[in-house]
Amino acid sequence: MDALTVLSIIISSSLFAAAPLIFTALGGVFSERSGVVNIGLEGLMIIGAFTAIVFNLTFASTFGAATPWVALLAAMAVGGLLSLLHALASITFRADQVVSGVAINFLALGVSLFLVKMLYDKGQTDIIKVNFKKVDIPVLSDIPVIGKLIFSNISYPAIVAIALAFVSWYVLYKTPFGLRLRAVGEHPMAADTMGVNVAKMRYTAVFISGLLGGLGGGVYAQSISLDFSHATITGQGFMALAAMIFGKWHPLGAMGAAIFFGFAQSLSIVGSSIPFLENIPAVYLLVAPYVLTILALAGFIGRADAPKAAGTPYIKGSR
Amino acid sequence: MTKRKFGFAMSLVLAAGTILGACGGGDNDSEKSEKDSSKKDDQFTVAMVTDVGGVDDKSFNQSAWEGLQEFGKDNGLEKGTNGFDYIQSKSDADYKTNLNTAVRNKFDLIYGIGYKLKPAIEEVSKQRKDSHFAIVDDVIEGQDNVASITFKEHEGSFLVGVAAGLSTKSNKIGFIGGTDSDLINKFAAGFEAGVKAVNPKADVKIEFAGAFDKADKGQQMASAMYGSGIDVIYHAAGATGNGVFTEAKNLKQKNPEKDIWVIGVDRDQAEEGKVTVKGKEQNVTLTSMVKRVDIAVKDLATKAKEGKFPGGELLEYGLEDDAVSIAPTQDNLSDEVKKAVAEWSEKIKKGEVKVPVKPEGK
Repeated sequence: MDALTVLSIIISSSLFAAAPLIFTALGGVFSERSGVVNIGLEGLMIIGAFTAIVFNLTFASTFGAATPWVALLAAMAVGGLLSLLHALASITFRADQVVSGVAINFLALGVSLFLVKMLYDKGQTDIIKVNFKKVDIPVLSDIPVIGKLIFSNISYPAIVAIALAFVSWYVLYKTPFGLRLRAVGEHPMAADTMGVNVAKMRYTAVFISGLLGGLGGGVYAQSISLDFSHATITGQGFMALAAMIFGKWHPLGAMGAAIFFGFAQSLSIVGSSIPFLENIPAVYLLVAPYVLTILALAGFIGRADAPKAAGTPYIKGSR
Repeated sequence: MTKRKFGFAMSLVLAAGTILGACGGGDNDSEKSEKDSSKKDDQFTVAMVTDVGGVDDKSFNQSAWEGLQEFGKDNGLEKGTNGFDYIQSKSDADYKTNLNTAVRNKFDLIYGIGYKLKPAIEEVSKQRKDSHFAIVDDVIEGQDNVASITFKEHEGSFLVGVAAGLSTKSNKIGFIGGTDSDLINKFAAGFEAGVKAVNPKADVKIEFAGAFDKADKGQQMASAMYGSGIDVIYHAAGATGNGVFTEAKNLKQKNPEKDIWVIGVDRDQAEEGKVTVKGKEQNVTLTSMVKRVDIAVKDLATKAKEGKFPGGELLEYGLEDDAVSIAPTQDNLSDEVKKAVAEWSEKIKKGEVKVPVKPEGK
């Protein structure tokens, strides 16, 4: 393999694997920035993956090539609904947010596997026929070198994910809504005093995280696993959570971290084909992503401070 | 104790039946009264405990259950505690409970399906010395009431290796394993030997994903392999292998002219390889290596029923038992390849070829 091919494989496969993580990590950013810890991202991905696959299988003949996109909308809707349960428990009932998040994870896995059984009478769904593919972006992929590196063999969800990270950054840092959302997460009482409805703000943020978590699961299922079973989403939600912390609760940071995870993993895989890396024993390449992450966390990004009020329910009037 | 008495009673009944004929009847009845009244004395009963995959996982558990059902049908048994039954495990914590439930229901033979049940069976079999257990896909040694069933995966892998070696155009072939373990290395070794046997020029690249449930990683590995010119990939990686199929289908859709193949594992994975390219149905599954758990399960149950339970022994099922084989879906194989596969299959069965269990350089 020549260097250009190696590089294009690494870039395209890391973006491909990163897309679901980016969506979900962005969801985590919204939720935690408003002061609600969301361990339930994994569960939101599971329910999103399940919904997308079931929708895709059922309506593939109706929507044709647009099916995966419509299925994503369904996945978002169901993810959003499930996250409201988390919001209800952790905001209105002031339950421990971590416990409620873990409950979401269990609930999502249990419900979706149970429904697969009820719907199809087997342990896993069939394989979807219409899925997200790797495509060459018209025109852009014809640019020499860069076209082959970045705009070939890419999936549209990956582009949407990156675009959405910038949109999230704009929303959180450049709009009044974003300012309020962050204020509620840092100092809810101050925000309350200024007339911001804390509960409403947090509900909205958790709902957004549900939408994005469901989206992430839907993208994963429809671009990578192509079916739904107990082994479809195994830890990707927690990877997204890690990406969010790694990215210092910042949308662009979270995106960067998610891409970094994808990059480290694909480097460890493609590494055995790169001339100067091929002599390294496979085990070092396998652990490389984790070592790189630890190094990056410890050495380069500095302190990662969570939003101050994350994890504590807001009780009006108490000091 | 009841189990031993039951075994004694069984042999007594058999002996009485053959030698004494009708005279044995009275003897039989007195034994019966001691037995659990809910169960008929002469009925051989068998149960299986699934792993978390469940009885309809389209794989191991399902195959084992089909074997039991067939055994039940052949012997006129009914589903339930009086005949044959399964107990589903929802999590790893359920294995011990489920095995104990099976023991309390007085099943004569209890299967644990999959290597995940090994610790549970080891423990329960020590406590319940009168019950007979069998573990599928792993080995438990030194327990007289446990039989172990494994498969000669290397033999089946050899055959798909022959198919791969003859079907490749680039002479580059890949193998993606779940973990770098003895079991998965059997697949790798057999496959590599099969390829080399028919196409010494071909290069087999063996890699491991490190997990059985990471489809994204499988996809990245496949992407790298296909990118480097490999045109056939054999996966032995469970759900990680889903990613391999996804990548192959993506590439096929982008470039329908290119010949790229995936070889499935454990069951016929032709369904996974279906892809519509420009309105035409194609399939990227070259063929699959199937493990017939049902045949092994049925065979052991039959032995146990005849009173020949091979306790403490390891039973290895291979090509000669039809317990590993090449999948029935072979539409993508040319007649030449099919012929070669059949020839090598004969050679292995006759013992002319010894298939290695460890890849070269291990």
